Amino acid sequence: MDKLEKVLMKGTDAIGEAAIQAGCRCYFGYPITPQNEIPEYMARRMDEVGGVFLQGESEIASINMVLGAAASGARAMTSSSSPGISLKQEGLSFLAALELPALIVNINRGGPGLGNIAPSQGDYYQATRGGGHGDYRMPVYAPASVQELYDVTMKAFDIADMYRSPVMLLGDGMMGQIVEPIHMHGREEIELPPKDYILDGAEGRPSRIVKSLVLDVRLMEEHNWKLKRKYDLMRKVLPLHEEFMTEDAKMIVIAYGTAARIAKGAVKRVRADGFQVGLIRPITLWPFPDEAIAALTKRAKLILVFEMSTGQMIDDVRLATQGRVDCELYGRPGGVVAAPQEIARIIERHWLQRELQ
Amino acid sequence: MKKVFSRPKCLKPAPFHYCPGCGHSIIHRLVAELIDEMDIRGRTICIPPAGCAVLAYNYFDIDTCESAHGRGCAIATGFKRSLPDRIVFTYQGDGDMAAIGTAETIHAANRGEIITSIFVNNAVYGMTGGQMAPTTMLGQKTTTSPYGRRSKVEGYPLKITDLIAQLEGAAYVARTSVATPAKVLATKKAIKKALEVQMQGLGYALVEVLSPCPTNWKVSPKEAFKYLEEVMEKQYPLGVLKDITQAKES
Amino acid sequence: MAAKGKITIDQGLCKSCELCITFCPEKAIRIAETFNHRGYHPAEFILETCRGCSLCAVMCPEVAIEVYRG
Repeated sequence: MDKLEKVLMKGTDAIGEAAIQAGCRCYFGYPITPQNEIPEYMARRMDEVGGVFLQGESEIASINMVLGAAASGARAMTSSSSPGISLKQEGLSFLAALELPALIVNINRGGPGLGNIAPSQGDYYQATRGGGHGDYRMPVYAPASVQELYDVTMKAFDIADMYRSPVMLLGDGMMGQIVEPIHMHGREEIELPPKDYILDGAEGRPSRIVKSLVLDVRLMEEHNWKLKRKYDLMRKVLPLHEEFMTEDAKMIVIAYGTAARIAKGAVKRVRADGFQVGLIRPITLWPFPDEAIAALTKRAKLILVFEMSTGQMIDDVRLATQGRVDCELYGRPGGVVAAPQEIARIIERHWLQRELQ
Repeated sequence: MKKVFSRPKCLKPAPFHYCPGCGHSIIHRLVAELIDEMDIRGRTICIPPAGCAVLAYNYFDIDTCESAHGRGCAIATGFKRSLPDRIVFTYQGDGDMAAIGTAETIHAANRGEIITSIFVNNAVYGMTGGQMAPTTMLGQKTTTSPYGRRSKVEGYPLKITDLIAQLEGAAYVARTSVATPAKVLATKKAIKKALEVQMQGLGYALVEVLSPCPTNWKVSPKEAFKYLEEVMEKQYPLGVLKDITQAKES
Repeated sequence: MAAKGKITIDQGLCKSCELCITFCPEKAIRIAETFNHRGYHPAEFILETCRGCSLCAVMCPEVAIEVYRG
């Protein structure tokens, strides 16, 4: 197949295919809606490329299988949805502490608790503030199209190897289920550091230890700062965002993932009615594109944060703008997918109430 | 005179941090002797537990990967599926194998994962100060069963090894003890067999080794080894519970 | 009659668990009166009736004993 052709793909399948093309040869996961198609896709595809697919007995077992495979030097991944990601938090903390590369996909469903299987953005805090224990951070990507799911999945393995870190892809239920045409451009070769830490049998070399227990507090402090320096480097290099019609915008909508798709439609509508509104779409949720948001909102009078939750990313927007610009929240939690017309009405209402002209 | 017993090469020179009379020290030495004798240092990966033996990597001169409490069999699965020609073994205690790790253990065995587990059973949670374990015996006093384990409140000692022996994916399941020199040597034989079963690709291999914890049993090492033989071995009978290589031959 | 075997005990490693003494069939080991640097009274080899059977070394948790025979 000519790699420049467009292929119609479902979000979940695009994630699976991108992982395979990125060289992932170990998938461990457990069924949970709305991402069951990912393990199902991998169950078929891994066999075709001589990789490993194993349905673990739980999300806990799966993340630990990923850990073992990653420590052995393989590109490994797992996927789940909200409650299953809660179960994986110990594993994520260990992956970060052990500095092992891995991809974790969260297809965010309604919550908290058992919730529902509809798309939601209620896991933002969990993804960006931990959610495992200890002093670590983890890159989190929030794609907004099937093409971006493919691109980000492929890139995530390189980021994971480059920084020796777990990486999360945070999609919502909508992202997993939509079907769009994509270019499968394949893997771009980049130079990665050698994997001189993996455990594959100490033949001809000293034995290695992969551990995160550091009983001596002075050494532990040093380890924590070492990790922080890595995260500071990530903060400099990794932030990604998309800006849409922000140059002359007096009001800027900030949203990610499916919410950003909806918001973009809303911004186009209100622009047609003459309102100077723009959109900023963070693509990395951690590291959050603070600098870009601060710069792009300099001349804005109002920021409207639209989230499919009761408001979590808005905290990071407020931190980024440091109180210079008023922030309003429009939230639709619980799995509700708003239409662009609704967001357009909300935008116009805020504009008129604030007399932004 | 010829030297007939010395420290295995695969055991790093660090003095053990284990308590006087702890079974871990003996079992570590047996594992190291086997790694030397079978010449497998270059292709073996060890996954220690959360427990007193979390520091096993200070002693075994082989690639070692830390595990969160109970997850050893899942991590071992990840290694073995990724590198099928390496020898992967978990070294776990009561809580790791039979409490928090019950699901991972049973399912690794059920899948017939071609890994080996060495299960050190001392009927108590040692590292955390002597709390009740799933394997704690009825009437046994621990810090969280101060009145002695009562079946009505705390249930029964869990014979996880017997459960595993019933699974089709389990290829070799045995229970041994370190109570006497003869039993220590029998333990070594059983662990060797469990590693050979992995090398032959036959399925999951488990050796439960009854071991003393003098500190948390609150007795001297000599008394602990007596208790091991006179009490623990009655509750947990020694023997080979499953061996598919024997079944094949008969 | 010359002894068939002898052992050396690394007294710095000994934690005085007395397992070697318990299992030695020849009573060739005893607890020393001195302390080692860890504060234990270590085991010490005393009698020339050692057979080099290695039971002490098999039981010693600290791998503190080396055995010679012949």
